[in-house]
Amino acid sequence: MASIKGHKSSEMGLHEEVLTGRTQQVFFNPEESENFVYHDSYEVDFNKRTEIDASNIECLEINSKIKELMSQGYGTIVIKNPGSKHSIGVGILNKLNLIVEGSLGYFGIGSVDGPNVRISGRVGWSCAENMMAGKVVIEKNAGSCFGAAIRGGDLICKGSVGARSGIDMKGGTIIVGGDAGAFTGFMMQRGRIVILGDVGPNLADSLYDGTIFVGGKIKSLGADAVEAEMTDLDVSWLKRKLKVAEIDKKVDFEKMTKIVSGKKLWNYDNLEPAERKGAI
Amino acid sequence: MCGIAGIIHRGKSNNVGGEMKNMLQSLKHRGPDSTGYALYGQGESNNYILRYKVGENVKEGTTAVKEDPIIYASRRKQVNQKINEAGATLHSEDKITDYSFRYVISYDGDLLDLAKKIEAVEETEILSLGKSLELIKDIGDASVVADQYNLNKFSGTHGIGHTRMATESGVDIRSAHPYWAYPFSDVSVVHNGQLTNYWNNRRALEAKGMRFLSSCDSELIAVYLADKIRNGMDLEEAMKGSLEHLDGVFTYLVATKDKLGMAKDTMAAKPMVLYESDDLVALASEEVAIRSVMPTEIDTYDPYEGEVKVWQA
Repeated sequence: MASIKGHKSSEMGLHEEVLTGRTQQVFFNPEESENFVYHDSYEVDFNKRTEIDASNIECLEINSKIKELMSQGYGTIVIKNPGSKHSIGVGILNKLNLIVEGSLGYFGIGSVDGPNVRISGRVGWSCAENMMAGKVVIEKNAGSCFGAAIRGGDLICKGSVGARSGIDMKGGTIIVGGDAGAFTGFMMQRGRIVILGDVGPNLADSLYDGTIFVGGKIKSLGADAVEAEMTDLDVSWLKRKLKVAEIDKKVDFEKMTKIVSGKKLWNYDNLEPAERKGAI
Repeated sequence: MCGIAGIIHRGKSNNVGGEMKNMLQSLKHRGPDSTGYALYGQGESNNYILRYKVGENVKEGTTAVKEDPIIYASRRKQVNQKINEAGATLHSEDKITDYSFRYVISYDGDLLDLAKKIEAVEETEILSLGKSLELIKDIGDASVVADQYNLNKFSGTHGIGHTRMATESGVDIRSAHPYWAYPFSDVSVVHNGQLTNYWNNRRALEAKGMRFLSSCDSELIAVYLADKIRNGMDLEEAMKGSLEHLDGVFTYLVATKDKLGMAKDTMAAKPMVLYESDDLVALASEEVAIRSVMPTEIDTYDPYEGEVKVWQA
């Protein structure tokens, strides 16, 4: 039982609460459904559809319009003429069908939790950075830092992606139909990355945890990354996931290369002793 | 953070001045301090086009030392004298601003000798000396500089440009990009990033007699490439060598009389988006710049780490 009573911060009067077990349990009790709904989220109807013409408006206005339309119950929003502008579709913490007809610039669809997004063009650097949940599908290529620090959801690029894809990733899945650049999975901590094409140098450098599957050639592995054996479970997961990703590419799953961390980090997976016992 | 852009038309001329202005203006947010253009036009038959300056733009916000503009006329007179002494013939001279000039000259001698004589005049810097290159740079955004130097209808095959956010040196024309690869006619460079072994390389190149005019790390790329070309390397080979010898994070563009090239460092830490078709190649730090000249849906991609590409006009 962790207590902060008697701790210097408590003596200083900064707070008085007592934490029990893992801190997260206090905030995410599965019994309390309100924990899974944002206070300002909207009830939307996916059959209620509308469009935003982004040709003459800036990202702030586009994002405000998305929020305004969600508040009116629109569940499917089409963005036309995005013109590769930056930061479109960020901060959507709601269920929503967002269809982008064209390409996005940098930081598109960042910090989202829940929407289902389809982009017919290309995306620039840091697409879907910090995504918590949802599904984002890009039909063409993506720039560097694709899916940086995502925590959940499925992020799919049917083309190729730039360097440092999945950097600092903490969960979720990234699927790339084409090739990926240098330092893919750099400092990755959780989740899975699937690259069907070739990968550049220093794959999974400083990998903490998580798994990377590669269908093509790997130029070089980074520090701490090692090859692991493919299991039947991996193959069945890949088959299922690629079907969900709508990637029509013939893949010999058994021949894919699986990369994991070769280093155990001190106290990284710090489950409480009782939970550890349960896991065993 | 700086913005770089380039465009090359295959086998035809276009309004590259207007195109580059639009591309660079859409990158203004990446660097509002100064803007520079290296445009490749039809040239003046076999004559050289000399772009030079005898002072700095001292408007608000610059770090340049203020001088009495009267001195500019005297320096210009000295430059004309040096051109005569070198055996060059002056065909036309245009005063663009109080401190910046465009000359058309004919000359058969060694460009290095001519350049050294001209730059012997106090505070005088050759921006470009070539048969098709015209290098223009000044304080302000792309529209301001294009209007000031009348670039909106400049016809040519290709061009590169730069919007600068000053980090390594002052806000002045001297530290603005592009850089001419002195003393090679028609070679220019723009760069986005930082070079971390600048001084080691600069000292080595200075020992070989290469000239540096600013303290801006980007100038090193132009001088490095000039040194390699001087020793017989072709452009692509010299660019590949730069990835090995220059430390840091960078993407740069280089242009010659009939080529445009790009190089990206081995970490791929600086952005570059590329569009390639049968008619043209356009590339920039951000796709919005390409969209400013090609508003329809196009397929673009990011070049990978350590990539060097060269296109022919």
